Amino acid sequence: MADRERRMTPPYGGVFVARSTVLDAAQVQRALTRVSHEIIERNHGLDDVVVVALQTGGVEVAERIVQLLFEIDGVDVPMGTLDVALYRDDIGLRPVMPEAATEIPVDLSGKVVVLVDDVLFTGRTIRAALDALTDFGRPRAVQLAVVIDRGHRELPIRPDFVGKNLPTRRDEVVDVNPEGVLLGEMRK
Amino acid sequence: MTHLLTLEDLGDSGIAEILRITDRFVEVGERAIPRVPALRGKTVATCFFEDSTRTRMSFEAAAKRLSADVLNFAAGSSSLSKGESLRDTIETVQAMGVDAFIVRHRSSGVPLQVTNWVDEGVSVINAGDGWHSHPTQGLLDAYTLCERIHGSAGENPSLDGLHIGLVGDIRHSRVARSDVVAFTSLGATVTVAAPPTLLPACVREWPVTVSHDLDAVLPTLDVVGLLRVQQERMDDALIPSIHDYVQGYGITAERAELIRGDALITHPGPVVRGIEVVASVLDSHPNVLVTRQVTNGVAVRMAVLFWLLGSGVDIT
Repeated sequence: MADRERRMTPPYGGVFVARSTVLDAAQVQRALTRVSHEIIERNHGLDDVVVVALQTGGVEVAERIVQLLFEIDGVDVPMGTLDVALYRDDIGLRPVMPEAATEIPVDLSGKVVVLVDDVLFTGRTIRAALDALTDFGRPRAVQLAVVIDRGHRELPIRPDFVGKNLPTRRDEVVDVNPEGVLLGEMRK
Repeated sequence: MTHLLTLEDLGDSGIAEILRITDRFVEVGERAIPRVPALRGKTVATCFFEDSTRTRMSFEAAAKRLSADVLNFAAGSSSLSKGESLRDTIETVQAMGVDAFIVRHRSSGVPLQVTNWVDEGVSVINAGDGWHSHPTQGLLDAYTLCERIHGSAGENPSLDGLHIGLVGDIRHSRVARSDVVAFTSLGATVTVAAPPTLLPACVREWPVTVSHDLDAVLPTLDVVGLLRVQQERMDDALIPSIHDYVQGYGITAERAELIRGDALITHPGPVVRGIEVVASVLDSHPNVLVTRQVTNGVAVRMAVLFWLLGSGVDIT
């Protein structure tokens, strides 16, 4: 989980304390390799595919997927980043600051956008992202790839590519970092 | 913090945070659809009791790009001319449901006074009060310099090592006061160059060097910040004549030769061509940032509006 989300998750500014390791680095790599194959399979190649990473947790994951797509298919897929802070539906309900860069390198009209994030939880970030994407064109399709689907959806949103489905309690916190995936909680 | 009245209130960390998030709003402004839904449902009232073109429109553009609703109030065409008091005017507008007042007035301290009249949770943003303060102008000037020098404000906005000169009517300039706070907060050194009569008495307490010899200062400047000669605020004969001012402090064609080739030139507008600066310098010098200041002004004001009305984050 990114620093920003750490700061923004109640209790705001708490310290993440890990309880168990869900995936180690090698397992994450294998999961992302499978996800990359699935992206190619689903889209019959990588024509018109654009990877858009959600700031900030999705960026590192997206970079690895783009690298894997290149290794598997030899195609350098364009990658953008999206900060959805200004599109969130909880502005005014919790602290929100637009702190990370939005950079969409191509017009998304007619493209297949693969949104990438580290953890799928309530679905509200993805709702905001879908809203934001329409400001950059009309994609032919939008697909969603996540490392962890932890359940507890509050909106009718489902991922297309999942590294691992992980049943969690609402108050638990999932931390995806380069060394792996940890399950724990925030403490003051 | 609910209000933005002066940059001193914001402090070093607050100034840096606003500049940092301004990068994001500059990016929004460059999109094909330069609009985000961040402040949907919020209403912003611009209450300008003094004439303005760019600041009022800039705040209006900023609010609209954040999807807020904007109520405009201009003193000239209002019930003020029928004798309504300032307080009644503010309370009337507030009764229509307003989340923020953007206030400009010819008297220093009016925005502060307005904070006493608005309901809890309603923000007041100072858009220029008398000679006192013009915080968003200070922020946008600082942002424009950061952007020109570093490409963006970045994580740690800084004007370290820069020598910035403010030239002209310092005495009547709220812009100069806010610029000094913003520039020195970011590590720049500031020299003010003006005739003694156009300097305020309190300039001794500012963190600046004072000069009455513009020709000596100009070659040392990384940034030449020009200010308008505010003839409408000059009640006494502070300068013998405009001609005399131009002789000593106007950027004439000859004096422009003293400006370093790589120096940046700023002006908060409105420019009175031929007094502060001759048209040829304004139109031909490669480093004139006047239009960039205007463009960035919208982004800085989006940052301020979002911070006060949306973020829920105390940055000071």
